[in-house]
Amino acid sequence: MITLAHFVGLSFVVFTIGVVGVLVRRNLLTVLMSIELILNAVNINLVAFSRQLGDLTGQVFSVFVIIVAAGEAAIGLAIVLSLYRLKSSVNLEDAAEMRG
Amino acid sequence: MSAETLLPWIPVFPLLGFLVNGLLYLVAHSKLGGKDAPLGAHGHGGGHGDSHAAHAADPDDHGHGGHGDIPFKAVHTWIGPVASGLSFVFALLAILSWWKETGGHREVVATLWSWIPMGTNAGWFGAPDFTVDVAFRLDPLSALMLGFVTFIGTLIHVYSVGYMGHDEGYGRFFSYLNLFMFSMLTLVLGANLAILFVGWEGVGLCSYLLIGYYYTKDFAADAGKKAFIMNRVGDWGFLMGLFACVAMFGTVDFGKMFSAAAATPATYAAGGLVTFACLALFVGATGKSAQIPLYVWLPDAMAGPTPVSALIHAATMVTAGVYMVVRCNVLFRISHEWALKTLGEGASVWGLLTHDASFVVAVVGGVTAFVAATIGLAQTDIKKVLAYSTVSQLGYMFLGCGVLAFGAGMFHVFTHAFFKACLFLGSGSVIHALSGEQEMTAMGGLRSKIPHTYRTMLIATLAISGVPLLSGFFSKDLILGETFLQGHPWLWALAALTAGLTAFYMFRLIKMTFFGEYRGPKETWEHVHESPATMTVVLWILAVGAVVVGYVGIPNFIVPGGNRFEAFLHPAFPALPPDWTPHPHQASHALEYGLMLGSVAIAGLGILLATTFFYKGSAPWALPAKVVAAFPNAYRWVRNKYFVDEAYEAVFVNGLVKKGGRLLWEIDARVVDGVVNGTRHLTVGLSHVSNWFDRTFVDGAVNGVGDSFQAAWKGYGKLQSGQTQNYAFGMAAGVFALVCIYIIFA
Repeated sequence: MITLAHFVGLSFVVFTIGVVGVLVRRNLLTVLMSIELILNAVNINLVAFSRQLGDLTGQVFSVFVIIVAAGEAAIGLAIVLSLYRLKSSVNLEDAAEMRG
Repeated sequence: MSAETLLPWIPVFPLLGFLVNGLLYLVAHSKLGGKDAPLGAHGHGGGHGDSHAAHAADPDDHGHGGHGDIPFKAVHTWIGPVASGLSFVFALLAILSWWKETGGHREVVATLWSWIPMGTNAGWFGAPDFTVDVAFRLDPLSALMLGFVTFIGTLIHVYSVGYMGHDEGYGRFFSYLNLFMFSMLTLVLGANLAILFVGWEGVGLCSYLLIGYYYTKDFAADAGKKAFIMNRVGDWGFLMGLFACVAMFGTVDFGKMFSAAAATPATYAAGGLVTFACLALFVGATGKSAQIPLYVWLPDAMAGPTPVSALIHAATMVTAGVYMVVRCNVLFRISHEWALKTLGEGASVWGLLTHDASFVVAVVGGVTAFVAATIGLAQTDIKKVLAYSTVSQLGYMFLGCGVLAFGAGMFHVFTHAFFKACLFLGSGSVIHALSGEQEMTAMGGLRSKIPHTYRTMLIATLAISGVPLLSGFFSKDLILGETFLQGHPWLWALAALTAGLTAFYMFRLIKMTFFGEYRGPKETWEHVHESPATMTVVLWILAVGAVVVGYVGIPNFIVPGGNRFEAFLHPAFPALPPDWTPHPHQASHALEYGLMLGSVAIAGLGILLATTFFYKGSAPWALPAKVVAAFPNAYRWVRNKYFVDEAYEAVFVNGLVKKGGRLLWEIDARVVDGVVNGTRHLTVGLSHVSNWFDRTFVDGAVNGVGDSFQAAWKGYGKLQSGQTQNYAFGMAAGVFALVCIYIIFA
């Protein structure tokens, strides 16, 4: 039997993988994909609790999140593209102009 | 309005005039830049300078015009004389209301504010109460001075409009003249010795400024300095006298001082304290009023413009010394009586000179009168003759005061102001006419060319010579008579002889200036012209004054009660206790008439001699030349003013300043330099300490702050790595920490 705890556990694992990916990976594309993982971990949580509580608001919310994630992916990829044109690289370490 | 409210306004107008004239002059000359620099370089514009140097150095100076417009000339022309005229009007109003209020028997004092209020600190350092107020006093004496000072001052302001009309420093001249009027009025009105001293110094300053008016000329600048320094010697005496009065009376207020002295003369006379105060004050008077030994500055003071010579160095300022002595008459009378009491009958001259301040005054006055008159015999500079004449006449005034005839002394001050101002202004008119010529050897025959000047000067000369029925006759005769009757026949003889000399040298001046052939350069003769109306009208007013003012003092033995002047002044001479009052001298009318006829005869003889001596026969200079040849040494001494200037130069300037300078140099090298060097070493040592402290502590603190900020920057700067993921890690760590705290504490 798959219980709420399994969903939350899965969500936690995916979230953690996402966070670690954001923090450690240097490739901007990988970082974007890790952010997608974080958002999807949140979506799993929302849907699981929506089903658990019998309230559809959570599922509606997760659809919002997917839309925002799509926009985010579009803008993010655009930034990555212009960064690549500027620096011929998508490595985060190369975009450190704001160093003090 | 009451006299008390009017009184303080009298000096205000000249002060305002000084400020307005002075500021306008400054404004004009700072705007114009170097236009007037050097100021007055052209002497008297029109060339009628009071200096030959001005004339000789400036050959292009061709009479009138030639200079650009004088800035604000119209303003100066109005402000200067009007300021003085308002003072005259207010003085008259104040005197009239004073007369109405008191009948002239009592003084009116207007106290303005407290100047030195030591009274509020009574007992402070054990000092007794002592206050000095800024206060003005109107009594017969100051009313008299006030009247003629403002009257003659105003006339001379008017005269200056014409005389100084072409001078670049017109505004400066009027501002100085107004400042002089202010100071002189302060002097005259001052209700205590301290205020009198303020005015005394003020007129000294103005005298200095105006003598050195043509300050680009060395001799004018030097004459100014000479007058100033000589007066400092006198002022030292004045201050000693002032301090002696403070020590004796604990006040410098005239009213309090003199009523205390008159009440108990013996307490103050004891030990010669009063005599000391009187002598010290008299030293001050010899400086201001040009008496032996401090008289030499006055002839040099003629380097100033002629209106200044007339106003300051003849009519008003130089009489301040006489005024001060008369003001302190109570002290001089006490000193006289004390000397008689201590010395007894038949006191020696030396005893009198050391005990009796009045006698000293009389002797100094008499001797000065005589010595100055002899010097006047041989001078050829028209203003120098008048200057020595002034010194001589001032000697008469002091002689009068010295024989306790203070009224007679003041009377001569009063009449002298008119005829001497007239003479000086007349000489100014002559100089004006001759485009700056002052040597009488280059004059002559001016009688027909400048008739107004001639007539007015002749009238004034008759007055000063003591011709009967003119003002000088009454006042001089009063002094001579009193001198004889007070028991000083030798002083009388000296003064009578001086009267003859006066008549002689004054008529010599008239003869040399107005009679005979003209001896100067031809081109000047063609330019000779009578002065403008502002000058001649003033001359006539003063000449009329020189005739009539004597009638206020007709001797009592001719017309009983005729001496209204003496009666008017009487309240200024408070009564002393009977045993301190001299017995009134009983003189027969025959003696008094005899004395009068004697002095008239001597004056007549002087006039006769002078008129026959010069321009007689075919060779006009034969007689004077013969006399000079007969007494070459006497002539040399008199001509060179007894070499007093040279003696002073040798003793004081060379002896004290230069030789004494060696001693001072030694003191300087050893003591002063020692102190200076010691101070230097001390300072250097201290500066090392300061340096170390500065570097260690002050710099340490300052640099420490800087260093710590720099170190902080190095540390914190590393946080801003530019690596986005580092920031993200910070955020994540923060969230993790918050969650942990929430879990632990919730």
